[in-house]
Amino acid sequence: MPALLEARELHAFYGPTHVLHGVSFAIEPGGITALLGANGAGKTTSLRALCGMIATRGEVLFDGRPVRGKATEDVVRLGVAHVPEGRGTFASLSVEENLRLGAYSRRDRASLQTDFERVYHYFPRLKERYQQQAGTLSGGEQQMLAVSRALMMRPRLMLLDEPSFGLAPLLVQAIFDILRAINRDEKVAMLLVEQNAAQALDIADHAYVLETGRVMMSGPSAEIRSDDAIRRSYLGY
Amino acid sequence: MDAFLLQVLSGLATGGIYASLALAVVMIYKATHVVNFAQGEMAMFSTYLAWQLIQWGMPYWGAFFLTLAISFVGGVAIERIVIRPFESHDATLSVVTVFIGLFLILNSLAGWTWEYTLKSFPSPFPAEAYLGGYLSGHQAGLFAVVLVTLAIVYAFFRFTPLGLAMRAAAENPVSSRLVGIRVGWMLALGWGLAAALGAVAGIMVAPLVFLEPNMMGFVLIYAFAGALLGGIDNPWGAVIGGFAMGVLENIMGVYVVGTELKLTVALVIIIGVLVVKPAGMFGRTVVTRV
Repeated sequence: MPALLEARELHAFYGPTHVLHGVSFAIEPGGITALLGANGAGKTTSLRALCGMIATRGEVLFDGRPVRGKATEDVVRLGVAHVPEGRGTFASLSVEENLRLGAYSRRDRASLQTDFERVYHYFPRLKERYQQQAGTLSGGEQQMLAVSRALMMRPRLMLLDEPSFGLAPLLVQAIFDILRAINRDEKVAMLLVEQNAAQALDIADHAYVLETGRVMMSGPSAEIRSDDAIRRSYLGY
Repeated sequence: MDAFLLQVLSGLATGGIYASLALAVVMIYKATHVVNFAQGEMAMFSTYLAWQLIQWGMPYWGAFFLTLAISFVGGVAIERIVIRPFESHDATLSVVTVFIGLFLILNSLAGWTWEYTLKSFPSPFPAEAYLGGYLSGHQAGLFAVVLVTLAIVYAFFRFTPLGLAMRAAAENPVSSRLVGIRVGWMLALGWGLAAALGAVAGIMVAPLVFLEPNMMGFVLIYAFAGALLGGIDNPWGAVIGGFAMGVLENIMGVYVVGTELKLTVALVIIIGVLVVKPAGMFGRTVVTRV
């Protein structure tokens, strides 16, 4: 099966600083791929590089078409939903308006109502709060909102940047369960960036381990999980 | 009716002009975080366009709406051509300089094209006065025009997907791009809207003050005072502030300082707000880590 998204020899830069040194990875359609590694390994940068948010060199193919160098909004419009680090909430807008914005790039506005229902089915809490100002939600609720905003786009690929960040362990488990359900029911592929390697390997079928902007190793999750040396040196658990 | 109440009413009518211009100032402030000093001159230039169209024999309302359309396109063009190059990096001082340049260019261009002599500007409203002479037909008419304009702007931002996208782009450009919003164009549209709003203010105030290149100077000061009073980052606060400035101007002018010192009231309010409560009545206090 051809990859949904493929990065080949991807380099990325913050101003003069060279951060990614030729990273290559692929995401299968409908699969969950995890990008793991310590702080500063280049995980968030990889996601940003995929959506044209920073300067890059190399090649990125989405659905076989080159997308590197395209403007962020054009990559997004191909069906790539990026749930950014820090959740990217529109704090002064209501929960409902945040969700509406998620569907902004879609042309078929008629089916919007069914999408609201779909999202509320995964996150009933948001339905209770739909008129509330999004900035007043708790961290966990804002994470639910960020995932929901991405879902409203009906994406083919979701880029998830640390969905567990700053959440209580019980909530982390809940979010991961829902992500797994979304992946299964909506047939949407996911690229998951996580510090919480154990959780990520649990739901991912493939994983790449990054260190200082390079891929140190990759393979099926089960293999990576069972390799004690990798676990101790790179994943820290 | 009580003379005091009538002064309030007449002040509300002029306040409508300050309110529209204040709203225009706030719309651009929210996108660029700089106060557009050229907002008044843009409005003045639009008013000259309307005057020219009327001189060429166009009916008043035809000229009115055509001027709004031209101003909208002009506002978009200004953003695309002279503001855009400074959008990407943190360049507050450069943007301020561009605004001052715009101010000088528009002011001189108007004077060069239409000369500095005072011109009278027609009013489409009946000449009779209401409420015992306190409210002129034009004031009543402009009040209605301003209210309708503000209602349309409110409905646009509140109920349309494009209006929502523009609010989102001003609040969080990064997240906006991530949902597919073309942020650059949203900012340009904001400039277009602000320019059209300014045109309404200019065309409505012109019959009261005569048309000349510096006619918007004092209007802009009242609008600034109104915007600051209401909260420079809160559009509807700025509108309320604009109306409040109109009323204050009238009351202070009649009962306290006299007509010669009215403008001083606006300046005192600007300084007072900045010293006592910089966020204004309805603004948010933003805390930044340094």
